[in-house]
Amino acid sequence: MTDQAYNFAYLDEQTKRMIRRAILKGVAIPGYQVPFASREMPMPYGWGTGGVQVSAAVLTPDDTLKVIDQGADDTTNAVSIRSFFERTAGVATTTATRAATVIQTRHRIPEEPLTEGQILVYQVPIPEPLRFLEPRESETRKMHSLEEYGLMHVKLYEDISRHGHIATSYAYPVKVEGRYVMDPSPIPKFDNPKLSGTPAIQLFGAGREQRIYALPPYTQAVSLDFDDHPFTPSKADHPCGLCAATESYLDEVITDDQGGRMFVCSDTDYCTARQAAGHKGKDAA
Amino acid sequence: MTPLLSVQGITKHYGAHIGCADVSFDLYPGEVMGIVGESGSGKSTLLNCMAGHLAPDAGRVVFDTRKPSEGDAADHENHGPRDTVTMSEPERRMLSRTDWAFVHQHARDGLRMGVSAGGNVGERLMAVGARNYASIRDQATDWLGRVEIDAGRIDDRPTTFSGGMQQRLQIARNLVTGPRLVFMDEPTGGLDVSVQARLLDLLRGLVRDMGLSAIIVTHDLAVVRLLADRIMVMKSGRVVESGLTDQVLDDPQHAYSQLLVSSVLQV
Repeated sequence: MTDQAYNFAYLDEQTKRMIRRAILKGVAIPGYQVPFASREMPMPYGWGTGGVQVSAAVLTPDDTLKVIDQGADDTTNAVSIRSFFERTAGVATTTATRAATVIQTRHRIPEEPLTEGQILVYQVPIPEPLRFLEPRESETRKMHSLEEYGLMHVKLYEDISRHGHIATSYAYPVKVEGRYVMDPSPIPKFDNPKLSGTPAIQLFGAGREQRIYALPPYTQAVSLDFDDHPFTPSKADHPCGLCAATESYLDEVITDDQGGRMFVCSDTDYCTARQAAGHKGKDAA
Repeated sequence: MTPLLSVQGITKHYGAHIGCADVSFDLYPGEVMGIVGESGSGKSTLLNCMAGHLAPDAGRVVFDTRKPSEGDAADHENHGPRDTVTMSEPERRMLSRTDWAFVHQHARDGLRMGVSAGGNVGERLMAVGARNYASIRDQATDWLGRVEIDAGRIDDRPTTFSGGMQQRLQIARNLVTGPRLVFMDEPTGGLDVSVQARLLDLLRGLVRDMGLSAIIVTHDLAVVRLLADRIMVMKSGRVVESGLTDQVLDDPQHAYSQLLVSSVLQV
């Protein structure tokens, strides 16, 4: 039941209009960080205030919403944001990737391929990929506008010189359509190939940093690398302990203090769907 | 012969104060120009105006830009002498990481202190499109050798280096892309004399071997005596005397130059 004290999806219409404008600009210039007047949301920064504002601006009463946190539908962040929109927008919610029209996500892209008409909203803590390399925001903005991205490779160079391989394993920078270098939010680099050429719209919202950026459908996003150290998406080299999937991204779960552990799919919807279809891993009860 | 750099009437005011006024000179390929003067005489202002760090109020800085190689994406019509003051910012920034180099007085200003020595040297290479880790690393190793830094220190951060090593690293980082013009702001400032001597020796070798043109700003007359072919003496933002280094230092004409030369302590 919608709480009548709120406008549809919590934000007032003018705010949503302003955010939609920023989204449209972001879609028009893929990978470009559009500033917007981020609002205070009834949750702390770092809990997805940017993603929530973007979701609120794109939701319609007919939408079906799915919220995932690190791939899971049942963790605190996912549950609280889902119930927030159930209460303020009254939209239908789901945990099935296929049934959702709007998916708000933190740190993962669903395993199941997205389709045309779906919108994937990312919660972004730090939208600026050059942040820890160049502290001046005025300078990073200039570097984006002049396409000076040599510094991004300095970071990868440092990785290789220190670890022997590119050790950046999440928030791995991508170059969008040969132009803007973009931080894909802290998704594991395993998910990076899924950013490129997706039929769904991908929107990125950073609340504290007041930036929105976007990848329109079928946009090319290339992970940066060196000729002799090519980009490799990585995952734990195990099958899922519950559904035996070998192609999905896995979480390591410590089960006791004797060194016992199991690997399970981080995407809970994908895992439960496989289990329901009869797949059974070695740790399944 | 076309001058590599032709400075024409550079003027910079800070409010009512003069930074530098109406400075003009030509620098030919392979030539080293020294700019001397006391603190506040406008040396650094002039250098920053020439290097594009400051926008001059008046004047032109005409640089003889390189003809782009075949197949290069750069503009093929627009090369030869061009005014860098009115040039677009992307072009000027491109120049400043390819054909130009800038050696700061404090190595900390010119280095990335959080990045290893190899990364510091490789940055300019990566900025102009090098994408092969092994070749970037080979060039970095080669350049560390040329500035007499042990190749074993390639993965160490500059914070672990001594002042002299940091300065040499800064030089390597600047020269790795084979610039044609180097701006140096007090390159030996803050170093003790024995380290200064080694650095000067190194610089002299590099400048001669690579056929670099350089503009060196310093208050240390010994530095210009060793490195510079010609010098300009500045006082209160204006050039008071210029000429061949030995001529000006051995037979100064202007009262201020005479003062400057006679102020050097004899050991």
